[in-house]
Amino acid sequence: MVFDALRYAWRAAEPDVYDSASRPAAALEELVELVRYRDLVGQLVRRDIVTRYKRSALGIAWTMLNPLGMMLVLTVAFSQLFSATHAYAAYLLIGIVAWSFFSQTTMAAMRNMVWGGGLIQRIYIPKTVFAVSAIGTGLVNLLLSMVPLAIVIVATGLPLRPTVLLLPMAFVLLACFALGMGLLLSTMAAYFPDVAEMYEIALQAWFYLTPIIYPEDIIPEPLRFWLFNLNPMYYFIRLFRQALYYDVWPAPERLAIAVAVALIALVIGWVAFTRKADEFAYQI
Amino acid sequence: MLTRSEPAAAARRETGSEVTIRLENISVRYRVSHERMGTFKEYIIRVLQRRVNHDEFWALRDVNLEVRKGEVFGIVGRNGAGKSTLLKVVARVLRPTTGRVWVRGRIAPLLEFGAGFHPELTGRENVFLNGTLLGFSHRQMGEKFQRIVDFAELGEFIDAPLRTYSSGMQARLGFAIATDVKPDVLIVDEVLAVGDEAFQRKSAARMEEFREQGATVLLVSHNTATVKKMCQRAVWLNHGVVRALGTAEEVAARYHEASV
Repeated sequence: MVFDALRYAWRAAEPDVYDSASRPAAALEELVELVRYRDLVGQLVRRDIVTRYKRSALGIAWTMLNPLGMMLVLTVAFSQLFSATHAYAAYLLIGIVAWSFFSQTTMAAMRNMVWGGGLIQRIYIPKTVFAVSAIGTGLVNLLLSMVPLAIVIVATGLPLRPTVLLLPMAFVLLACFALGMGLLLSTMAAYFPDVAEMYEIALQAWFYLTPIIYPEDIIPEPLRFWLFNLNPMYYFIRLFRQALYYDVWPAPERLAIAVAVALIALVIGWVAFTRKADEFAYQI
Repeated sequence: MLTRSEPAAAARRETGSEVTIRLENISVRYRVSHERMGTFKEYIIRVLQRRVNHDEFWALRDVNLEVRKGEVFGIVGRNGAGKSTLLKVVARVLRPTTGRVWVRGRIAPLLEFGAGFHPELTGRENVFLNGTLLGFSHRQMGEKFQRIVDFAELGEFIDAPLRTYSSGMQARLGFAIATDVKPDVLIVDEVLAVGDEAFQRKSAARMEEFREQGATVLLVSHNTATVKKMCQRAVWLNHGVVRALGTAEEVAARYHEASV
């Protein structure tokens, strides 16, 4: 497998010959082509960010104000209810930021794929660029939203702890999970246009089933297994909170589950997408 | 999957450096399923009812042909004969259902210019976006940038948002990006008409220049006169099957006969 990929990569470096009979497994071929088209991913991320803010006076500041506004509204609404939760505003904002990254990137992966539908009927492009660039844009926004988050953390009097070193890992794991989900959803959306709408409804339910607004301990013990342990997003949101909010290092087995969930989602998404990618030009 | 050890090298040895495009037993099947029109919900219901039917439609069937370097090769046939499917197979846009396609060199995507343009971005930003869509690196586009702006005759407009461009300006920019570097294979669709008359002459001159430098040209046309005038060899496709393959004269004559 690895040898095939290397040989293919070597041949791809000579973009001179296209031979449909000489391909490694679709999943590997796509990876090599994605690396070759890495500058396209950069351009697509740039396009998303530039066009989103080009005609607004506040520009890039919107990325920071958006989650902050949502947090303010929810804090006003729920801080009385959850007054037992220490530094509720920070608890809430961490959850919102991580969740927004996931929901926005998975939706954007599907949208980009539909946008690219006209293109992939005309020219060859590795089709994963759409989902990967959606993740790239999301990561830029996620980094930007660390600014208001830092302000809220300081304002609520939370100390910065060494667990903050977990943050890059939380980013990477959530990004892998979102990419896997985004690829899987794009594959389905290529065949059925209503997948995006159905997913939007599912996201709404998923949001309320994940402890983002409410503290974990308001859920009765017997329900926690179903709501938390079987909810992949729970592990990632918890990792974000362990980095910035709780003063505990994650238990190794919990961390292992998060890593496994992220990687399994990525591999399943990647393999499913690349197996079907050849057919997209027929479909979209 | 890689089953043969060095197919590209083998093909090169077999055919020499002469052949640019080679199609072996190419078939392309479209699956027109009833679910295609429908939604995911409908699909699930049909799966549960065990009523998933596909109508199969072969856009190309067992097509074998070779195009040599520097040749102007015509493709004739009526609408729906499989001409654009053939172009897509050559351009790597469609993977053939069966058979093998082998192409040496860079293919200019002349199917439609500026398909990936974004109206809010400036001309400059669009040059880089479009160039990377065509598989060039950011650095390569930096080297090409000034030539592209000059050829498209955009001057200082290059830093204005694309939505302020006339359609002619957009087409010129798209053409300039797609053809800045000599492609090895040029695909020309006769319905292609870009910009005003002066620019059409300029673009025709550029295509002619490429041809003289040894680019292979695939010309798609309904018009037998054009094919006879411009092409050395041609293929006639009918319902996805090769009806005639040979010199442009012969093929054009047979196609003309049949359509009268």
